[in-house]
Amino acid sequence: MTDRLKSVYQSLGLPRIIIILFFFALLISAGLLGLNVPSMFGDVLVRVGMNGVLVLAMIPSIQCGIGLNFGLSIGIIAGLLGGVTSIQLGLTGFTGFTFAIALGVLLSIPLGILYGMLLNRIKGAEMTVSTYVGFSVIALMNIFWLLIPFNSPSLIFAIGGGLRVTVDLSSFYKHILNDFLAFNINTPSGVITFPTGLYLFLALCCFLVWLFLRSKPGIAMSAAGINGKFALAAGINENKTRILGTTLSTALSAVGIIVYAQSYGFYQLYNAPLMMSFAAAAGVLIGGASVTRSKIFHVLIGTFLFQGLLVLGLPVANQLMPEGNLSEVIRIIVSNGIILYALTKSQGGKNE
Amino acid sequence: MEPEYILKMEKISKEYFGNQVLKNVSLLVKKGEIHALVGENGAGKSTLMNILFGMPVIHSTGGFNGSVSLDGKPVEIASPLAAMENGIGMVHQEFMLIPSFTITENIKIGREICNPGFASRLLRTKYLEKINMVKMAQDSRIALDHVGMGIDEYARVAGLPIGYQQFIEIAREIDKTGIKVLVFDEPTAVLTESEANQLMNVMRRIASEGISIIFITHRLEEVMAVADTITVLRDGELVGIRKNHETSVEELAEMMIGRHIESMAGKETTDRDIRFDKLALETKNFYVDMPGEYVKGINLEVRQGEIFGIGGLAGQGKIGIPNGIMGLFPAEGQVKLFGKELNLNNMGEALKNQAAFVSEDRRGVGLLLEDSIELNIVFSAMQTQNQYLKKIGFLTQINKTEIHDFAQRMIKTLDIRCTGSKQHVGSLSGGNQQKVCLAKALALNPRILFVSEPTRGIDIGAKKLVLNELLKLNREKGVTIVMISSELVELRSICDRIAIVSDGKLVQILPPDASDVDFGLAMSGTHTKEVAND
Repeated sequence: MTDRLKSVYQSLGLPRIIIILFFFALLISAGLLGLNVPSMFGDVLVRVGMNGVLVLAMIPSIQCGIGLNFGLSIGIIAGLLGGVTSIQLGLTGFTGFTFAIALGVLLSIPLGILYGMLLNRIKGAEMTVSTYVGFSVIALMNIFWLLIPFNSPSLIFAIGGGLRVTVDLSSFYKHILNDFLAFNINTPSGVITFPTGLYLFLALCCFLVWLFLRSKPGIAMSAAGINGKFALAAGINENKTRILGTTLSTALSAVGIIVYAQSYGFYQLYNAPLMMSFAAAAGVLIGGASVTRSKIFHVLIGTFLFQGLLVLGLPVANQLMPEGNLSEVIRIIVSNGIILYALTKSQGGKNE
Repeated sequence: MEPEYILKMEKISKEYFGNQVLKNVSLLVKKGEIHALVGENGAGKSTLMNILFGMPVIHSTGGFNGSVSLDGKPVEIASPLAAMENGIGMVHQEFMLIPSFTITENIKIGREICNPGFASRLLRTKYLEKINMVKMAQDSRIALDHVGMGIDEYARVAGLPIGYQQFIEIAREIDKTGIKVLVFDEPTAVLTESEANQLMNVMRRIASEGISIIFITHRLEEVMAVADTITVLRDGELVGIRKNHETSVEELAEMMIGRHIESMAGKETTDRDIRFDKLALETKNFYVDMPGEYVKGINLEVRQGEIFGIGGLAGQGKIGIPNGIMGLFPAEGQVKLFGKELNLNNMGEALKNQAAFVSEDRRGVGLLLEDSIELNIVFSAMQTQNQYLKKIGFLTQINKTEIHDFAQRMIKTLDIRCTGSKQHVGSLSGGNQQKVCLAKALALNPRILFVSEPTRGIDIGAKKLVLNELLKLNREKGVTIVMISSELVELRSICDRIAIVSDGKLVQILPPDASDVDFGLAMSGTHTKEVAND
């Protein structure tokens, strides 16, 4: 028994155990405060599914050696471009969703290659530089969103040109994955809907990444990411595997934002994606990844814990401190606090 | 009465983590003499000097046994600063100079001559005094003249030839008042011949003024040219102390190397077909740009089926040879493997031509420390030969069972001590890590195997096993082996021929039973035939 506990402890690592305990503490206090715990749990389920692919995008970047990809917004931009184009063309349902993903991935590949080439020139400072590359791309796209010659009434401002800040997907493919094969779970205090399609899609993405990591180029990439000299001794060009990893990460984030948007119901343009890479980075770190090693398990558990804390933390804090203005302040403190904690633990637990 | 010896280090012993690196070594230096300290890499020269300078590495590893006395009085040297205050100076191998400062500033750094100025008077602090550049320059001039350098004392260090920088270092040490003992750590390693001669003149002049010099080197001719007394160390033990006129280069060489050769079992049972018209490796005019181990034009011929040794002292370029061939460092020149010329700019070219490499940098180049033994062993074979993979449509996936079987087999044959093939190699001992490296090379089924420092940092039992395995590989499978090692004993125990490299160039190829003298001379860069002609 003690051996099993020990192995569970070792496979999770102390930071995760602390967060899990905190999560349960929140859960219990939410129950004591009379909040609707099952419905909050349903929220957590949806948020894990919608953020999962974005967090998954961190894996190729960590494995290939560039660390956390704070330039996730590059892929997000590509995904958004795919998305708004599908709406401009008036595509709905699965056609629109598939088209958005296909175009997003297509656009993200050249962007990822360029971004990877840039990161190869600044080895050692990838995470700092990628943060600012991410910010700059957003600023650049702000101009682009204003100038893009689209004319679908769902896209453009009612007055004047330029795209809207939020594009409603209700009449296109909102909840296309969430509602696919969804079923209800009855609980004493309400009904939870399980977003089956969302999870099937996440599972598919995870499976593909898993397959890749076990393939010859995937293994070469992981080895080169940890020890470029070791890879070189086996005739592998570290720069190429880094570009491969960066491009994959960018492509996954393009897919990720579309999955996110169909669940959320809106495409958010302009400054909305600015901070998304931080949440994704925090997710994978909380899950136990380090900046040099990560697994799909880290993505799943990390996303669950991060989103769980966000969803549960706010209502509980609001109940404890009902003064109106404070809730927004608390929201910022909680979410950034979790990110900060995750970053300080970026060495990862004893994961293996 | 003045004591006979200015510096006495007596009965010095030092252990690093149970590894005895100095055993009862004494060093006695008279006033005004040039005392040479001679020995191979790892003989204990640097440890002895670290003790003399009170380097933190000594005290953080449990101190040392024995006594040190200066001028007849016992001293405790607890830090490099204390050493300086006691009048011990050092001319470093790597120059401790600030390039953007002038020569004067470099000589006087940390000991600036200052005059009180307005600010220092106002705030009553020494830190704001004005530097007296004129006085400093005068002092520097005197010191520079001492070492025979006519150069302007206001010139900047940046861009000066290496030799000049060495002399500036010396001038700085001389300028320190009260210096009694000056240590020169391999000062001629970076100098040209004429600069080296000038340096030796300077050493004589300094010594004639009553400053004692400890001259650390492995160039025996220089020792004979300049030293009064010579202390020889080997494997942390004092081998002998000689007066200059009592000894010869040959004797010193023998004292430096002298070890019994133990021939490995099975070395003799052989009827291999080794001929010069069947070459495994041929290099012509081969250059490698590997920092610290530059190869400067080497021509080698290694026959198929032989075990070829490459020896020489550290930093002389022997390690650069396999690293250049395997493409780990930029290389130039012609390299042929089994008659086929390699394109040295093409990554992994040697691997594709049936060569494998066991790197001297085990933990850096050799292994992925956080990964399993299995993955480490099969990685190269998987990446270059598509082994241990299965194809599912257009997808390749690792073949877990095949990898596991092969790893188990290797663990058994090489006797890798581990908890299982999934253990991380980082948690293995050095010897077992080396066996994993060897297994990794074997997975490639090479026809020629380069092993660089195969026994560095591993215990004796493992050493023997590794050497035995190499011998077996050669005799049973006919693999040509090129073994690079700093340990001559090892090379002599299994090699058919041994090339000695010095200063990036091939000095001589010797048979393993050549005399210690020949090896010693070759390692200090002298071709024995030239000596014979003298």
